[in-house]
Amino acid sequence: MATTRGSDTSLAASVGLSDADLVEMYRYVALARALDERMWILNRAGRIPFVISGQGHEGAQVGIAWAFQRGHDWIAPFYRSIATCLTFGMSARDILTAQYATANDPSSGGRQMPGHYGSRAQNLVSVSSPVATQLLHAVGIALAAKIRKTGQVAMASMGEGSSNQGDVHEGLNFAAIHKLPFVFVVENNGYAISVPAARQVSVPNVADRAPGYGIPGVVVDGADVLACYVAARDAVARARAGDGPTLIEAKVTRLTGHSSDDQQTKYRSEEELATERARDAVPVFRAQLRDAGVLTDEIEARLSSEIKAAVEDATDYAEAQPDPDPATAMRHVYADDAGSSD
Amino acid sequence: MPARTFIDAIRETLATEMRRDPSIILLGEDVGKKGGVFLATDGLWAEFGDERVIDTPLTESMIVGASIGAAINGLRPVCEIQFADFIFPAFNQIVSEAARMRYRSNDGYGVPMVIRAPYGGGVHGALYHSQSVEAFFTHVPGLKVVVPSTPYDARGLLRSAIRDEDPVLFFEHKKMYRSVRGEVPDTDYVVPLGKAAVTHPGSQITVIAYGLMAHYALEAADRVAEDGISVEVVDLRTLRPLDTETVLDSVRKTGKCLIVYEDNKFGGYGAEVAAIVAEEAFDYLDGPVTRIAGPEVPGVPYNHVLEEWFMVNPEKIVEGIRTLAAY
Repeated sequence: MATTRGSDTSLAASVGLSDADLVEMYRYVALARALDERMWILNRAGRIPFVISGQGHEGAQVGIAWAFQRGHDWIAPFYRSIATCLTFGMSARDILTAQYATANDPSSGGRQMPGHYGSRAQNLVSVSSPVATQLLHAVGIALAAKIRKTGQVAMASMGEGSSNQGDVHEGLNFAAIHKLPFVFVVENNGYAISVPAARQVSVPNVADRAPGYGIPGVVVDGADVLACYVAARDAVARARAGDGPTLIEAKVTRLTGHSSDDQQTKYRSEEELATERARDAVPVFRAQLRDAGVLTDEIEARLSSEIKAAVEDATDYAEAQPDPDPATAMRHVYADDAGSSD
Repeated sequence: MPARTFIDAIRETLATEMRRDPSIILLGEDVGKKGGVFLATDGLWAEFGDERVIDTPLTESMIVGASIGAAINGLRPVCEIQFADFIFPAFNQIVSEAARMRYRSNDGYGVPMVIRAPYGGGVHGALYHSQSVEAFFTHVPGLKVVVPSTPYDARGLLRSAIRDEDPVLFFEHKKMYRSVRGEVPDTDYVVPLGKAAVTHPGSQITVIAYGLMAHYALEAADRVAEDGISVEVVDLRTLRPLDTETVLDSVRKTGKCLIVYEDNKFGGYGAEVAAIVAEEAFDYLDGPVTRIAGPEVPGVPYNHVLEEWFMVNPEKIVEGIRTLAAY
């Protein structure tokens, strides 16, 4: 996605991207936020039963996903990966049909809870709820890429709480032994539901564990979209060159409760939540792009109206889609359960 | 037709399938240069190399989880869990991930992979090298579970399992690896998944078994034949999907049903077979649906006296047949 031109700003040039790239990245960040906010409104209005949010993660997700080749590389995302999935090719409609669990929801046809995204067409692995299992899937995808010599890189992302699972240890060890084209992204928002990172991780950074696997561990500010991009770009280059995996830890913030069923003021103070707002990538990235002259009033107005239209369209579309027919519920347990009316 | 041991049939089938399809890879502990602790993969590393025969760290969850990923990205992994007893660290990957991937993605992703694991007792393996684990997995829609009992079936079923588009657990009774021989054609035949076999026709009692117990059931059937009891033995071969038609046809004919399995009885696989027979063939039954299975201890004890006490054997099956015949 990186195409630089002589007319680009020094900000874009400093990371090897074009101004158009930066505007597009900002569009994904802002679109993810707008969709996420819409999900909460729909939940509070009683239209959808459950929301699990990516607010506070969007900047890191877009910056990191931007370094991967859409339609070629693979991502095994997690339940907060709205911006990741959008950047990798899912549409606003795809995200909202998942919230409504409609028959044509491309993630699961209404079978999974909202947040469990996936798309065969976009090389986004189907998300499940037991955390960290997807790391091994991405490692296996990377193994196949290496054996088949496809040149693909696989990425898995998750939170810092999930990173404690045994599957992470098993997968990083194996990926490091075989120098697999794999990138492990930890989006550390400081909380595993209610438990702070200090009670989840014995070291200051999850990335501090990387040397134990003999791989680089990089900590980036998740509000700094371009720093996230650069970290991922370098990790992808390393992976593609056959030099093995990298662990990237993006320090993000969680602006909402764990889910629509969680009240985070029970375990986080108002002061803390107010402070955390300053680490929100949406205003930080916007200010950075405006200061650099990449984002003008004109461009912002255009983006704003496009995003508003996309959210309205996706909402109306998802509202209008039918529920799955129970007559189809036995389909696809096995490969030969396609059903004659497919 | 050449006679082969059970394990030779498995090893040769892996080799011929790998020659046929370059997307097949093997993963497991010691499967490479050593050829597996039972030598089920002996010689395959030498023929196919490091990339297709992968010695993994001692990480069962990774073996299965990475196989799921490899299957998603175009390979057909055949992984080996060194002993079925050690499959539990991979339970989450098998049950939450492999089994559900197709359903939860609405057919977006399938997971064509095989998990081979030696199971079963009678080999001085004690609690952690003897278990029968099939019931944990036969419960799960999305999985297929296969337990061959002959070299012929091992080859034909393993071929079907490898060529299947869904995850298949392939349990091999380790006591049979070298003690069971049989004729195996060199042709490219398959034994379809989900088809049981009537291995001993009879008219008075149906004995349903699989794996090593399918052999013991045949032995028992021969012995009671001397007393004039005619037993029909059904070797299930595939536990999920179950060939209910063959089971019910036999029970409707004989009117009596004994199910034999090596696992402890309570909640074991045979309980499901018994329930199906009771539900579907009640009008044909001339006696209770009965089971001969292992005792309610949490593993096979080591000392040979204790192990013999645990194991189902032909004598115990004969006793079960006689009791049922007396109804």
